[in-house]
Amino acid sequence: MEKQQGGKQVNKKLNKKEANAQSPKRIINETISGIPIKAIYVPTDIKTLNYNRDLGFPGEYPFTRGIRETMYRGRPWTMRQFSGFGTSKDTNKRYKFLLAHGETGLSVAFDFPTLYGRDSDDSISTGEVGKCGVAISSLEDMETLFDGIPLDKVSTSMTINGPASVVWAFYIAAAENRGIKSNILRGTIQNDILKEYIAQKSWIFPPEPSMRIITDIMEFGAKHVPQWNTISISGYHIREAGSTAVQELAFTLADGFTYVEAGIKAGLDVDIFAPRLSYFFNSHLDFFEEIAKYRAARRIWAREMKNKYKAKKQESLLLRFHTQTAGCTLTAQQPENNIVRTAFQGLAAVLGGTQSLHTNSMDETWALPTEKAVLIALRTQQLIANETGVANVIDPLAGSYFIESLTNEIEKEAYKYFDKINKLGGMVKAIENGFPQREIADAAYRYQKAVEEKRRIVVGVNDFVLDEEKIEIPILKINKGVEQEQHKRLSDLRKKRNNNKVQKSLKAVKHAAQTKENIMYPILDAAKAYATLGEVCNAMKEVFGVYKEPPMF
Amino acid sequence: MNKKLRILVAKPGLDGHDRGAKVVARALRDAGFEVIYTGLHQTPEMIVTAAIQEDVDAIGLSILSGAHMTLFPNVLKLLKKQKATDILLFGGGIIPDEDKKVLYKSGIGKLFGPGTPTSEIVEYLKKYFKTE
Amino acid sequence: MTIIENNKDHANQILHRIYHRTSHAWRIGITGPPGAGKSTLVERLAIDFVKHNKTVGIVCIDPTSPFSGGAILGDRVRMSSLFLDPKIFIRSMATRGSLGGVARATNEVCDLLDAFHKDIIIIETIGVGQVELDVAGIANTTIVVLVPEAGDSIQTMKAGLMEIGDIFVVNKSDREGADRLTMEIESVLEMKNSQRTPPVLKTVATEGKGITDLYNCIMEHQKYLVSSGDFTKQKREKITSEIVELIDSKIKSNLWQNKKINSNLTLLVEKVIKGQQTPYHASEKLIKIWKNSRGVSR
Repeated sequence: MEKQQGGKQVNKKLNKKEANAQSPKRIINETISGIPIKAIYVPTDIKTLNYNRDLGFPGEYPFTRGIRETMYRGRPWTMRQFSGFGTSKDTNKRYKFLLAHGETGLSVAFDFPTLYGRDSDDSISTGEVGKCGVAISSLEDMETLFDGIPLDKVSTSMTINGPASVVWAFYIAAAENRGIKSNILRGTIQNDILKEYIAQKSWIFPPEPSMRIITDIMEFGAKHVPQWNTISISGYHIREAGSTAVQELAFTLADGFTYVEAGIKAGLDVDIFAPRLSYFFNSHLDFFEEIAKYRAARRIWAREMKNKYKAKKQESLLLRFHTQTAGCTLTAQQPENNIVRTAFQGLAAVLGGTQSLHTNSMDETWALPTEKAVLIALRTQQLIANETGVANVIDPLAGSYFIESLTNEIEKEAYKYFDKINKLGGMVKAIENGFPQREIADAAYRYQKAVEEKRRIVVGVNDFVLDEEKIEIPILKINKGVEQEQHKRLSDLRKKRNNNKVQKSLKAVKHAAQTKENIMYPILDAAKAYATLGEVCNAMKEVFGVYKEPPMF
Repeated sequence: MNKKLRILVAKPGLDGHDRGAKVVARALRDAGFEVIYTGLHQTPEMIVTAAIQEDVDAIGLSILSGAHMTLFPNVLKLLKKQKATDILLFGGGIIPDEDKKVLYKSGIGKLFGPGTPTSEIVEYLKKYFKTE
Repeated sequence: MTIIENNKDHANQILHRIYHRTSHAWRIGITGPPGAGKSTLVERLAIDFVKHNKTVGIVCIDPTSPFSGGAILGDRVRMSSLFLDPKIFIRSMATRGSLGGVARATNEVCDLLDAFHKDIIIIETIGVGQVELDVAGIANTTIVVLVPEAGDSIQTMKAGLMEIGDIFVVNKSDREGADRLTMEIESVLEMKNSQRTPPVLKTVATEGKGITDLYNCIMEHQKYLVSSGDFTKQKREKITSEIVELIDSKIKSNLWQNKKINSNLTLLVEKVIKGQQTPYHASEKLIKIWKNSRGVSR
């Protein structure tokens, strides 16, 4: 007891010393998210911790220590680099390059028009076709994208939300046209519309019809594509929009619970769809905070799924997640330093028990990554897996006074947000009121202020700056002809397909939108008839309308 | 009463990353500007119409999608067509140096890269409208 | 408009010259608490007016930050579908320190829009929760927008709002509590002793429900005002207050531009601090000085 009380005294003594030190302005008593931290942690900080109740063994409830008994000793995480640019042909080449160099899963980045359900030849797409990802306007583009890639063997993650139903239909149709049955396809569609309203802003329809499409997808998936993750509930973009770690966790889990409730309300059995829900988190700079965040996430999800949503299957309780290192922490200045930032962030994700990982490339503040940069990023993961030894022991930081205390703290703060959201009438209402949007914008502004006032140091940006720095890394150029090429492909397609069939299929989509019929079936038919992304989305827009954001600052 | 500077902050194109635009809007407000924010997914036509109706002194565009070589010139062209070239067009985003050079030559104001302190943008605008 | 907002010397000259062209437009004020969906309602109404072949001016008002003097004017975000319609002109204004929900120059900006032959002018107040009654002095028809969530507080906080509304709208009426709120408003209005009981409408602005009803109500109100003679009464009151306000501001600026007043003010403040003077006496003294020096500085 005496010794433990000593913790307080040590902290006091240290604080006094620091107060006399030279740089009192810098923030050292809180995490990047503003959670207060002390100089030293002692056993009293975790005196309420009960091993069986709060941690459990890996693969055991509440899964704080990991979702699998053997974790990376059994199977390493999936190394999955998010990529896509130019035409489907350009990206197909990059996928083959990555697979040849040891990547174990694919992850498709779409361009803005595609993310927004617009065709490449839509006038608002001008200038954006193939720029931030690959342009996919029809089944034909999807077929080219995966040409020569074994869809029965790889798992494919697709970052697509508003038009997820249509793009997924393209994928399923592309596989079926090659004789690959949908029930052996593996992969993920992001399909997380709530975080689009909160942070990423590539929405199409208003929340209500969007939630209905999502439950249709969950139902269709459970029946016909059982190995597919039908929603990847994403905190990544919430974090990139400037949220804190706690906000990322709380808003993402609240989104997740909303999907569960929607599924249950639509009459689906929770144990049928919940195992196909997965998560996607950010890995930011504050090393320990990130690790604690992942651990808290698993514990909260398992507890709520079991107690509140009465899930019975163990698979329903497991929070499986993909991680991407934080793009917003990369600097345009001294871009080579980004390799190091990414390595630390990747390490935090692995120590936090991620199921798959994307490591950013050093040049990503400038453009999409070059082949060389993306190879270094992939090598960073391979280094963590094969050289550092961190993957050999499961949840090696468990029991650390600091980590366990921080895990508890983050969990506590997340529940405070759940309360607030409940008081607002649930997540959809909270979003309509702009609550999470406002919280995030506030946090982003606070962070920016701290950087500008040099209370937070960003190496190479507000300290350790090189005078007259020259950027010496090569930058990927997107071939200027992409837009024209896409225009031509689309106009050719519109000529050669059976347009009668297309019109009929679009009518069926509209009909399903107006009734309660599962909309995935007519969408899949439309995809197979080579209706374009924009055509299918427009058919739905006619019934569902489009979303408008509340102005929030 | 002194004249208040009015700035239109807009996000053209389809890119929804509005963190930067919103942080800049707030910083400009905190520096005493009146900021008109038009939201996401704006076409050049919408931006220029709004700028004229609101009689703004400057337009700030935030572009992170790589479409800057299409969007900046299109907005500028429309401003010229409407004889509204007294409105300063500036911006921010991921814009490589060689593209910057081309845009500067065409008469576009300063383009701020990632990591720019908001105070730098405020200073730039204050200075620009003082010397004008 | 910028000139008028900035209160430059020749603003009044401009307004004087266009005044004879300004009695054309019907001015509609829209007020209510934050989150009531005012902007969306304005957007829908504007579309409806254009459909009826009317031109529309919209003035949106947002608060100025009392700390920096800056403002973020974000109402356009909700109205993006109107941007390219040549029949619609949108202008955002900051309150610049004026209370009461509208900007100081709102009336003048409306005059300008009027002079440019807008048939309809819609004024949207800031909606930060305080009582925003000034709009009623500018508008011909004042619409008060409420939402079911605001139901509990209507008796207490909205006393003023109940007075100024010519039409009441319960927006987001697909939500729980809409019927109850409608009844509550109606019962409060029935207690009012007047010839015309304001109608209470239910809308879902995001889906365009109830907008046609609202349009019809506005038209009816316009007819009523004109036929009952209240319109002339309203006009008389408005012109009176305009003249009074113009004189007020002239006097004020005359007063504070007087160098003698300012230098004496500084002196008197010091005296008050030293206990040799009270603010009451000091103000009397300043007014005397001003009266004696009138015409000197200006």
